[in-house]
Amino acid sequence: MENLLPIAIGILIACGSYLCMRRNLVRVLLGIMLFSQAANLLIFTAAGLSSGQPPIIAPDKLTIAGPHADPLPQALVLTAIVIGFAVLAFAIALVLRAYHKTGSDDLDTFRRSDS
Amino acid sequence: MNDFRTSILPAAARLVVPVQCVFSIYLLLRGHNLPGGGFIGGLVLASALVLRAMVAPSRAPKFDLIVLSGIGLLVALASAAMPWLGGGTFFTGLWGGQIWLPTVGKIKLGTPLLFDIGVFLVVTGVAAKLLLVLMSQTDESDA
Amino acid sequence: MDFQPIALPIALPLLAVGLLLCLRRAGEPVRHAINILSCVAQAVVAVILYLRVSADGVQALRSGSWPAPFGITLVADLFSAVMVLVTAVIGLGSALYAAGYGTGKFRGYFAPLYQALLLGVNGSFLTGDLFNLYVWFEVMLMSSFVLVALPGGRPQFEAAVKYLTLNFIASAFFLVGLGVLYGMTGTLNMADLSVKIAALGDNGLILSSAVLFLVAFGIKAGVFPFYFWLPSSYHVTPTPVAALFAGLLTKVGVYACARVFTLVYGGQQEFLAPLLLAIGVLTMITGVFGAASQFFIPRILSFHIISQIGYMIIGIGFFTRAALAATVFYVVHHILVKANLFLIGGVIGRRTGSQELSMTGGLYKKAPWLAILFLIPAMSLGGIPPLSGFFAKFVLVREGLAIGQGWVIAAALAVGLLTLYSMVKIWNEAFWKDAPLGDRQPDRKVPFLMLAPCVALAACTITFGIFPGVFLDVADRAAAQLTDPTAYIEAVLPSSPPSPAEP
Repeated sequence: MENLLPIAIGILIACGSYLCMRRNLVRVLLGIMLFSQAANLLIFTAAGLSSGQPPIIAPDKLTIAGPHADPLPQALVLTAIVIGFAVLAFAIALVLRAYHKTGSDDLDTFRRSDS
Repeated sequence: MNDFRTSILPAAARLVVPVQCVFSIYLLLRGHNLPGGGFIGGLVLASALVLRAMVAPSRAPKFDLIVLSGIGLLVALASAAMPWLGGGTFFTGLWGGQIWLPTVGKIKLGTPLLFDIGVFLVVTGVAAKLLLVLMSQTDESDA
Repeated sequence: MDFQPIALPIALPLLAVGLLLCLRRAGEPVRHAINILSCVAQAVVAVILYLRVSADGVQALRSGSWPAPFGITLVADLFSAVMVLVTAVIGLGSALYAAGYGTGKFRGYFAPLYQALLLGVNGSFLTGDLFNLYVWFEVMLMSSFVLVALPGGRPQFEAAVKYLTLNFIASAFFLVGLGVLYGMTGTLNMADLSVKIAALGDNGLILSSAVLFLVAFGIKAGVFPFYFWLPSSYHVTPTPVAALFAGLLTKVGVYACARVFTLVYGGQQEFLAPLLLAIGVLTMITGVFGAASQFFIPRILSFHIISQIGYMIIGIGFFTRAALAATVFYVVHHILVKANLFLIGGVIGRRTGSQELSMTGGLYKKAPWLAILFLIPAMSLGGIPPLSGFFAKFVLVREGLAIGQGWVIAAALAVGLLTLYSMVKIWNEAFWKDAPLGDRQPDRKVPFLMLAPCVALAACTITFGIFPGVFLDVADRAAAQLTDPTAYIEAVLPSSPPSPAEP
């Protein structure tokens, strides 16, 4: 897993960057989505992977015994996912409205605010 | 509103919506130590509200969902401020007793539960509002 | 009961957001009143916080009573306290202006979003945790996205799409940096990071995380080459929103740079300094040339935000106490002056019917007091003594010469001249030349509420110019805390940790 995940992150970032540079708004949106997922996965991977070692202190002990998973990155990733979800929801609504208003989803036509 | 007047979805919704409502409360209450919590409970309740509005547009929530989120924010803030009013630090957990509910089990009462209820209300309001607005938007373009 | 003034700049706007959402159906005057009241309360709390930090040193609050590296800590040193105070002042000024300006286009959401924005800004200034900083950034950005898009015309949507895309990418960079840093150190508490990174020494991954943060904060601060979203989004927003954005949002990026690169990456300054200096100089120059080519008041001012951000980045890049003091002073001066210029631009637009320079004119005859009012912040921005901008630039230039960075200073002075050119251009076009439509030029009445904040902010600029010593002394003490973070670390991680509270 430790070797596979960095490759997966790399692929996600490559795909995200490629989509971000398209002119079609929906693709750009998908691109930044992939980008933020790659970032989440990277936090998860960088903090170390382990399986079957819950960070739970046995009822009769005061400290944890043996190696254990770090619970913090999971909390961080969860927060980041929720925030990403909120931003993305807004972005989708925005793109939809912008499409209705401008009649186009081509970023090259979005020049009115740049004069 | 989109046309959902097949008989399958309304029939299913009649069964699913009440279950979703109860399940969302169940998730909310067990959330402190077990999987669940205000956020996920709120999403389940929001999906119940949206499903209801999908099969029968007349049954979309009549109250302003954003007001629900506002109340949720105030509840969450109150849970954070309560220990402060009592002379402690913001967000310090205050616990008072526990009750036992069938199927859910023991529930510890305290400010963290209140905070979860606040989150529950905010998420329900925002998520349901968002989906309902997006639904009505798509219809405009389809029509 | 401890008053805990650190938590209140966050709790008060949150309370206001909740109330305003519940009262969405109430009339517009009620919402504006709550908005203004909340800002007044924040200003009072900010003064109390400033006085306490000034008297007792760095303040820290462990939220939930969890001890420091584990729980989320709120920290206020002098720099944070000053920033919270300025935020409250600008927030109050723009809120009053908005009440006069009218916010009908926002369909009742103006005030709650405005307070949510202040919530995010205050949170960013007060947090002592890097991940928490990310969360506050997002709170701030979410409300600003909606504030840009909500008036709902075509330019607004186009601007919002650009603004959202670039800032979302910045957030992804921030997250990647956080991931790398957490993987290296196992903590995200800034004081704890400072200790642990110093122990790790130089390391490629630490440096790459620093660069990732530089990109993330750089996009938010609008530095070269990441500023493109700024001049294409600020000018489409209504004036009170534009003033708040112009004053605060980019400065949060500058604050984050100053905080993270002095506290967390204190040992990596040899690597960061040339990078920051190059970015700063290029930002100044590109910004000011951009401004010279524009003829729409908010767009000219937007480009000037960029060029002025360059000065602040240079101050951070020098990494000396005097230069950081210059940055602190510069940030405060710039927030007050730039927000005021946007507000006055709005007054010009209201009177003559347009902020397009070719459509304005003749205001000097009709409103000489407005001309004077404009000249105060405009000259201050250009660095004319005895206004605040002169002292901000003076301290920076003196320090730059003292440490032998002559080329940076030469660029800074040249940019100062070009800034003055832009300001004179606005003055000539809007005030001095004859009204282009002659007698048919509209001359609408401007509500008192729109003028009062402009006058008050101009008075602040003059006060800064008359008593520079007082403010430079505060900036110097703030810079001392930035260059020597021991007090900050000691406040967050006391040598004898307090016993953890009962869960």
